[in-house]
Amino acid sequence: MSTANLSSLPILTEAPEAVAKPRFWRSLEERAGDEEIRDYLEREFPSRLSEWDDPIGRRKFLTMMAASLGLAGAIGCSSPAELIIPHVKAPENYRPGRPLHYATAVSRGGYAQGLLVTSYEGRPTKIEGNPDHPYSLGATDAFAQASILGLYDPDRSQTTRHRGVIATWDDFTSQLADERKRLDANAGAGLRILTETVTSPTLAALLQQLRERWPSAVWHQYEPVSMDNAREGTRLAFGRNVDSLYDFSRADVVVSLDADFLLGGPASIRHARDFIARHQPQDDRSMSRLYVAESTYTITGAMADHRLPIRPERIELLARALAQRVGVAGVGEVALPADVSPRWLDVVARDLPDHRGAGIVLAGAGQPPIVHALAHAINDVCGNLGTTIELIEPVATQGESLARLTADMQAGNVETLLILGGNPVYSAPAELSFAKALDHVRLRVHLAETEDETSNLCHWHIPAAHYLETWGDLRAVDGTVSIQQPLIAPLYQGRSAIELLATLLGSKEQTPYALVQQHWRDEWERDFPSRWQESIRNGTVADSQSAKVTVSLQFDPAQHAAPATPTTADQLAIEIRPDPTIWDGRFANNGWLQELPKPLTKLTWDNVAILSDHTARQYGVKSQDVIRIRVGDRTLETPVFILPGQPDGCVSLTLGYGRERAGRVGNRLGYNANALRPATGPAFTQGTIEATGRRYTIATTQQHWSMEGRDIIRVTTPAELHASHADHHEPHPSLYSEYDYPGNAWGMVINQSACIGCNACVVACQAENNIPVVGKDQVLVNREMHWLRIDRYFDGEPDQPETYFQPMLCQHCEKAPCEVVCPVMATLHDSEGTSNMIYNRCVGTRYCSNNCPYKVRRFNFLQYTDETTPSLKLLRNPEVTVRSRGVMEKCSYCIQRINAGRIEAKKENREIRDGEVVTACQQACPTRAIVFGNLNDPNAEVRQLKQSPLNYGVLAELGTQPRTTYLTRVVNPHPDLPQSTADRHQGTPS
Amino acid sequence: MSQVFHPAANALARGTIFGGIFLIAAVAAGARLYHDSPYMTQQDVVRDQPVPFSHDHHVSGLGIDCRFCHATVEKTASAGLPTTETCMGCHALIWNRSPLLAPVRESFRTGEPLAWTRVYDVPDFVYFNHSIHVAKGIGCESCHGRIDQMPLTRKAVTLHMQWCLDCHREPESAVRPRENVFRFGVEKQPSTGSAPQHAFEATKPAGGTTETLTKADHTRHATPSGSDPHELVRQYGIKTHQLSDCVVCHR
Repeated sequence: MSTANLSSLPILTEAPEAVAKPRFWRSLEERAGDEEIRDYLEREFPSRLSEWDDPIGRRKFLTMMAASLGLAGAIGCSSPAELIIPHVKAPENYRPGRPLHYATAVSRGGYAQGLLVTSYEGRPTKIEGNPDHPYSLGATDAFAQASILGLYDPDRSQTTRHRGVIATWDDFTSQLADERKRLDANAGAGLRILTETVTSPTLAALLQQLRERWPSAVWHQYEPVSMDNAREGTRLAFGRNVDSLYDFSRADVVVSLDADFLLGGPASIRHARDFIARHQPQDDRSMSRLYVAESTYTITGAMADHRLPIRPERIELLARALAQRVGVAGVGEVALPADVSPRWLDVVARDLPDHRGAGIVLAGAGQPPIVHALAHAINDVCGNLGTTIELIEPVATQGESLARLTADMQAGNVETLLILGGNPVYSAPAELSFAKALDHVRLRVHLAETEDETSNLCHWHIPAAHYLETWGDLRAVDGTVSIQQPLIAPLYQGRSAIELLATLLGSKEQTPYALVQQHWRDEWERDFPSRWQESIRNGTVADSQSAKVTVSLQFDPAQHAAPATPTTADQLAIEIRPDPTIWDGRFANNGWLQELPKPLTKLTWDNVAILSDHTARQYGVKSQDVIRIRVGDRTLETPVFILPGQPDGCVSLTLGYGRERAGRVGNRLGYNANALRPATGPAFTQGTIEATGRRYTIATTQQHWSMEGRDIIRVTTPAELHASHADHHEPHPSLYSEYDYPGNAWGMVINQSACIGCNACVVACQAENNIPVVGKDQVLVNREMHWLRIDRYFDGEPDQPETYFQPMLCQHCEKAPCEVVCPVMATLHDSEGTSNMIYNRCVGTRYCSNNCPYKVRRFNFLQYTDETTPSLKLLRNPEVTVRSRGVMEKCSYCIQRINAGRIEAKKENREIRDGEVVTACQQACPTRAIVFGNLNDPNAEVRQLKQSPLNYGVLAELGTQPRTTYLTRVVNPHPDLPQSTADRHQGTPS
Repeated sequence: MSQVFHPAANALARGTIFGGIFLIAAVAAGARLYHDSPYMTQQDVVRDQPVPFSHDHHVSGLGIDCRFCHATVEKTASAGLPTTETCMGCHALIWNRSPLLAPVRESFRTGEPLAWTRVYDVPDFVYFNHSIHVAKGIGCESCHGRIDQMPLTRKAVTLHMQWCLDCHREPESAVRPRENVFRFGVEKQPSTGSAPQHAFEATKPAGGTTETLTKADHTRHATPSGSDPHELVRQYGIKTHQLSDCVVCHR
């Protein structure tokens, strides 16, 4: 390399970019240039980071050292013999060391998400999406990824219990036999079954069978995060029950009225894939535009081209105003709430009819039925019904409500209650007093995976089988049936709901396998063996979608009076949503999900009350202050978190926390928002807040690994994109010689326009690479271990900022700063250009981490991996080394997958095909935002993307030559509507 | 001022300095010997097994192919051990009363698998794959030695990383035509030194030697004449520059 150019090296000539006024910011404190934050950032690691703060004393430490030295000596005397235990009879297709993949399905709110599960020697280790399933499309969400940890959760219930004492299944069946006699005698009077959402045809048939045999028995159904409002809204709009399917791939204009359609719902993966496909800069037509009016910031809001923060109870007014503008008959003139800019409404009301038949308006699950009905009416007027929106026969079977069950229990009408799944004692709104009503029931049986709050109040607790342990069936949002296939025999004799019902009925067949087979044998009538085989293999039952429905709108908005706006000034909107990582609390004992930073708040291990900066000031509270929320006569104390983009006067709470009996991980974290939740109707109410004067420490990762105000994110618009051209940077001269890659050269491109910040990749990475969970205390000192994090940047004014997500992982720099500082060569390049960690060489100097400009290296400060719990040993990916204390680690580009692909290709004497090696993050991504491949392959997708004018390397000006590059985020604002940031100028800092 | 040390101390000092060097060297050599000794490497150490299985009898005596029992050696990372059923395929008919085979019959009867003791045990941070080695013309013999002549199974090599690397840096030293992968003693040249043996040296007639191999590299075996190992490496697409990347074996 020439040295004449040395003076032009950026490092030598340029002062660091001024950090005082970053355009993109991550928290209000950072934006304001808070002293404390400056101090925090300049330390790079928090002050306590390097300290030994394991709660182990010095004396204990010395004892342990002596003991381990002694043991080490003892071990050194002989090498331990390892056993090889071959099968007595080899199972079909069994090849030791080669994983098998089976199609099955997981329930998301009762609906199927098709999966392909990886199994090593009979133990499932990794969840992937099933490409053939219409609501998975090969991708998964964070919940499905983490469900594998749920299977091996050591806190799962392991035995049947009767009044808290260990009992047997036979004890239980003999009691059921007595019940059966009684029920036969009185036609089932007093028998109640409580389930979650039921789409399973086998379970629905069994319930039907039960009601035919015992006509007085009643089936109730309760889902904490339900679609009840949507269903009621559809009934208002069309006069009957129908399900709506949204086709975002054909939608030019999408208007979301508080609907977070990109995260958590049973169709969200499909929605995200379709929406993003259309929301990309395209050559032949313009990209789609998303308007979101929502209360608290969601990832859907973050993808919006125009986001409107608005209090949840005012959405209805907005919907009415919009309906009136687009010409829905019968909507009177509405006074627009103060927080809606008339211009915003004008533009939306013009844009929708302008794209007739190519728009979607959808309402959030928490909005009252009338908003859903109005959305249908707007869609009808704009010609969207039948084009972008299809109506089908309802997929789920409906039971009676939980409210009715509670009332009947209180009235003493319930003799026997079977709770098949769910945890209503915890998750029922406090208003219902479900737990108290339970006292009046003579026999209470609870089927659940853990002995939770409900089990505690029931006579019988039956351990439930995990979905990977039992046969079953489920339907997807469009009705497609999937047969759930088990991957492993029940670890703890778990039972399934169908098994329990069949036992109650005294059916001839009682095993889940026989029950599901029997159902489909009857259903199909002929060709059973071949159809069964085909359905199991594909993961879906062919041609099982729900029938389309043609109904016309029969909605007269005039019959529904507009709501009165809250008059009292001190009444705040109290809004309750499912948690973006813990959902309704069913994942509370899942360490992966607890430690997963929530998309917008970057919060771990807790839930909070989200306030706007203005509202917080008004009440004199700051982030981490504890407030008391009062709704009627119920109160709740929670810490405050100030989130930019939150509408004023709105307190947003999330469900899922405050569990008492979730397990060792999930107990006593956060608060239980069910205490304030309205029993029916919209998911918001009104209340007041007051400061308590107490403080509470919350662990948010939003300040971690700061990039010191450099412009890391780039944003552009389609117009600018066509006007400008790629900025051609001459590569900076380097002191190090260039590498030569005659074979493969692995690289990655991350499309920031496609990243919705859903976190699926983060959990997928954790599952694939045996990444440990560290706990809240360790997160507080920046020691989280995620190899892949999603950085969230705000842009603009705090009351209405834009939000951008950027997945940040090892960039596999060509000139990796980490590699040159390692004294033991524990991190170095391989001949295909990936930067590797060699764990058995690492001595833990952490120089590499200090020298990494991207802050993507993670150090095992303590022994984070649990190496002793037996069930967790089954979970680990055998292809990836389990790291112990004192070792540095980082993203490896899933080197185990590269190696596996290379070996297969070499055995066949060919090159690795494009798409053959897929990283775990790429595979999980619902929107295909991550593309990985061989840069030396001229036809590889990754190479084509690297030619894009949008392609740039983060901090490339440092000369690191990152192998991972990013595509500039493209937003599509309406020309008549300014975004909060007027200045869209982009460029590199150099 | 009088001298502190008596002149005789000079000799002592010299002796100490030079002697020290020798002492250090001796300790280092001793450590090396210890490290390479079978005591440490378990090379040539026979481990207890539930059944005293003889490869010598089954392979040399009966001519059973390796793949009959190690069925997945061409397909997966693990060569695979035979299932009890495989054993019983023959031993239900022959030697079906032998007391030595009682554990096999017991396993077949009860369904309780046999537990063999691992002889070749690479560290947990090493990811070895049989199938790729076999596919690229590395014979069983290259690592397992003349296992066809072992009455009781033992480790033929040290399994030191250096031993792996010798071949990964110079695959020509071990590659053989694919058709000879599962053959033993095709043309072998016992090595005397520890340096990797080059194929061209090994085309010398092998003579009638049998088990005269004692040292670490006695298993490097030759390629039959007529197949140039360099040509084989090229033909099999073995990318030597890549073989010594750390992540080929560690990840």
